[in-house]
Amino acid sequence: MKKELTISAIKDGTVIDHIPSNATFNVAKILDLEGITGIISVATNLSSKTMGKKGIIKVGNKSLTKDEADKIALIAPNATVNIIKDYGVKQKIKVEIPKIIHKIIKCSNPNCITNNEEILTKFYVLRKEPLRVKCHYCERNMEKEDITLL
Amino acid sequence: MDFKNRDIISINDFSKQELLYILEIAKQMEQKSKPDLLKDNILATLFFEPSTRTRLSFTSAMEQLGGKVMGFSSIATTSVKKGETLWDTIKMVQSYADVIAIRHPVEGAPRLAAEASSKPVINAGDGANQHPTQTMLDLYTIQKVKGKLDGLHIGMLGDLKYGRTAHSLATALSHFNPTFYFIAPQALQMPQTYLDELKEKKVKFILESNLMKVVKSLDILYVTRIQKERFTDPLEYEKYKGVYKLDTSLLPHIKKDLKIMHPLPRVDEINKSLDDTGHAVYFEQAANGIPVRKALLALVLGKLK
Repeated sequence: MKKELTISAIKDGTVIDHIPSNATFNVAKILDLEGITGIISVATNLSSKTMGKKGIIKVGNKSLTKDEADKIALIAPNATVNIIKDYGVKQKIKVEIPKIIHKIIKCSNPNCITNNEEILTKFYVLRKEPLRVKCHYCERNMEKEDITLL
Repeated sequence: MDFKNRDIISINDFSKQELLYILEIAKQMEQKSKPDLLKDNILATLFFEPSTRTRLSFTSAMEQLGGKVMGFSSIATTSVKKGETLWDTIKMVQSYADVIAIRHPVEGAPRLAAEASSKPVINAGDGANQHPTQTMLDLYTIQKVKGKLDGLHIGMLGDLKYGRTAHSLATALSHFNPTFYFIAPQALQMPQTYLDELKEKKVKFILESNLMKVVKSLDILYVTRIQKERFTDPLEYEKYKGVYKLDTSLLPHIKKDLKIMHPLPRVDEINKSLDDTGHAVYFEQAANGIPVRKALLALVLGKLK
């Protein structure tokens, strides 16, 4: 039987593959795709030999920078990011947790200014594995289990 | 070292050399009066929660250097009541004053204020987080009464879980090869995250709940209040208030030159009978807020280098 692509190939742009199924929409949210004019396809619950189920996001006419790709490392550390030029893979980006995390995560301290006034959060990564971050504002440390997305 | 326009937000922002430099300037401030140094400068004291010592000592320090002070000591009479954001309040105040001292119950508020302001901002206490000028005056006091900062045996007693002064002082002193004795009931012990930091810096520390077991080793005993306002559960507070009460019965067990410190206000953790024993330095400590805050105001306003 001919294998049919669930979402079509793109000529130029970025393909993010191997996203855990339950993280697909959060990855889309983090990438801040609003305002991009190219075609954006989001597919999830696709069968995967290695992951069971996975998600894919394709963004037409937009090459993600390394910084943009790194944003997703917190929730999809094993995702692959391929930059596509003329239907071929021009560059593979390995996602890494950045040294400073802007926006994306919420401070777990209810008495932090970021939870009391409308400002963007900022965290310093103290340790990558297991993840420990420090809030730029209230200076509280958060462990992996305390981290929630905004 | 140039501190002009520098914000004083967290003790974590300062190197050992910078801390020593500030203490040196504070010493100069104590030795020589400079009544015109900050003439024509205005300090805004924005106190979003009550304070006695800190606000009065900032005011006194500024006025002793010839500067002027304006501000508020509660939000009742301000636009904050009308829903004004901190960001907007600061954007407005920065055009009225040359330097801003802010106390706020919400943690991280002074850091945000510093980002909003083109004028230097000094943190006068943010919730359970930081109170850097208190830590600097604590260091100044220790240096003054012991003649050094290096290699001391420092006991910290009381509420080490919520007490920001203990956290910040431990961080600041860790530059000076101390041995710490953290003396608290287990539920109020120093948080693990601070202990991890000390371990990484290879600082020696001992956790203990019984003061008598360690008191003979101490050069400094830093006592903190069990702070009612930090407890969410009043029953928890009742359980721990009054757990340590120091009085003259301590005297046979301590070093002759032990100095007892307290950031004040005290409730019943240090009996008045200890005040005149030569060991108590807490009122001197409070007085040291003046030279330290004078030094900081002069430095961030660029009047001293």
